[in-house]
Amino acid sequence: MDDFLVRAGLAGVGLALAAGPLGSFVVWRRMAYFGDATAHAAILGVALALALDLPIGFGTLFIGILMAATVSTLAARGWAMDTTLGVLAHSALAFGLVAVSFLNGVRVDLQAYLFGDILAVSRADLAMIWLGALVVIGLLIWRWSGLLMSTVSPDLAQASGFRPDFERLILTLALALTVALALKIVGALLIAAMLITPAAAARNLARSPEAMALWAAALGACSTLFGLWLSLHFDTPAGPSIVAAAAVIFALCTLIGKSSLGRA
Amino acid sequence: MSALISAENICLRYGTTEVLHDISLSVARSEILTLLGPNGSGKSSLLRALIGILPLSHGAIRRAPGLKIGYVPQKLTIDRSLPLMVGRFLALPKRQTPQDIAQALQRVGLENIAALPLAGLSGGQFQRVLLARAILLKPDLLILDEPTQGLDQRGEANFYHLIEELRAQTGMGILMVSHDLHVVMSASDRVICLNGHICCQGTPLVVSNAPEYRALFGLGTKGAFALYQHDHDHEHDHNTPHDHDHNHDHAHGAKEISKGPNNG
Repeated sequence: MDDFLVRAGLAGVGLALAAGPLGSFVVWRRMAYFGDATAHAAILGVALALALDLPIGFGTLFIGILMAATVSTLAARGWAMDTTLGVLAHSALAFGLVAVSFLNGVRVDLQAYLFGDILAVSRADLAMIWLGALVVIGLLIWRWSGLLMSTVSPDLAQASGFRPDFERLILTLALALTVALALKIVGALLIAAMLITPAAAARNLARSPEAMALWAAALGACSTLFGLWLSLHFDTPAGPSIVAAAAVIFALCTLIGKSSLGRA
Repeated sequence: MSALISAENICLRYGTTEVLHDISLSVARSEILTLLGPNGSGKSSLLRALIGILPLSHGAIRRAPGLKIGYVPQKLTIDRSLPLMVGRFLALPKRQTPQDIAQALQRVGLENIAALPLAGLSGGQFQRVLLARAILLKPDLLILDEPTQGLDQRGEANFYHLIEELRAQTGMGILMVSHDLHVVMSASDRVICLNGHICCQGTPLVVSNAPEYRALFGLGTKGAFALYQHDHDHEHDHNTPHDHDHNHDHAHGAKEISKGPNNG
């Protein structure tokens, strides 16, 4: 087995283990577009990092947190979310693309940031991805009770002594971190798919929130490996192949869910 | 008796609109206090302010140290994307034994539903599940926001019966919102009539005779006794448990009617 392929597989699985449970919260809280906005903003972060000669990860993390914080502040103030996010997501992407074009001297392979470059994952990248994924998983386990309670009802969470605002901040940070990790693997345009598709597939198989989070992680990992195999076998781009694999798994799980459990 | 929770001259604003003005109240152990008022009078906002969900623009809320609050909100919708069974919901955020869960469900008149998805319940069932969860938390103070909506008359009578039983058994204080005049009259120790400010307060009989109360609900000049009597008839008609005798209310003696500051 080739070394780069092993690294790609490990990187993808690492991401999936964090993205599955986090994606479950994204689905439950109807934050799908929110994830999209943060991911699109990552391109702006790439431009920023290149301009300031910083590691790409810092730029995307910084812009990701900024975008996520802006969006949750606006949401808390009662802005219409679909419109706000639609505007923010695509303007962030557009500004990012424009900003990158201003960067003279650096030949930027934009395609790598838009669609990922999983086969080029280095050892250092791999270490960062697993470290980041463990941080995200750690945050989710640490705050699980409060996060779940605030997701069911912020009011009930508050009455039980939790701070729903704090829990939302934790999710926002985890989301920004995951986006920064995923940029290398599936690219800015497809990050949201890695969050949402495995979780949506898991919904068909799970009867508890915890089971759904675990299933999402497992299905995400399967999608990654299946997608990499597809990419190798048919010589297709890796990032899109992974997302396509996730979509196929989603369709299968929906069929299984319909026939065995019924829609709860 | 020391107060479980007390509000001191609190005001609450949404933007520039003041929805609550200069409210002071307290709930003692083993006391049932009911907030009564027309739609938009700020009843739910007051409850949510007491819990700490809504920030105050003026005044302070004091809680007994370590106060545990059980809250039953007016409405709660569970997103279908969240696979949450009744039993798991009841164990949020604190783990509960299956026996305790079954017992709590039985108390509110629901059996064999612990394994059903929360999203599939009827309005009345859901309301009772919310109450069961609040009971399981063994609160010092139970806060109920229009707890009987969605219940039929029999369910409603059972509900108030259960509330009184809980109060007698555990000594918990109960603060509830209602606009069901009949039931309030028999099931409360004290009534506060709210319309942005406190219009009047006292025992149910005192309040039902207060001119502020009668003006607020558009009652004629001879309604109090009729209303009270109606309550009596109403309960006999439906053959419901009738163990809260009305003399009990009278025996408290007429407390003073304190007028709100805006009322004169």
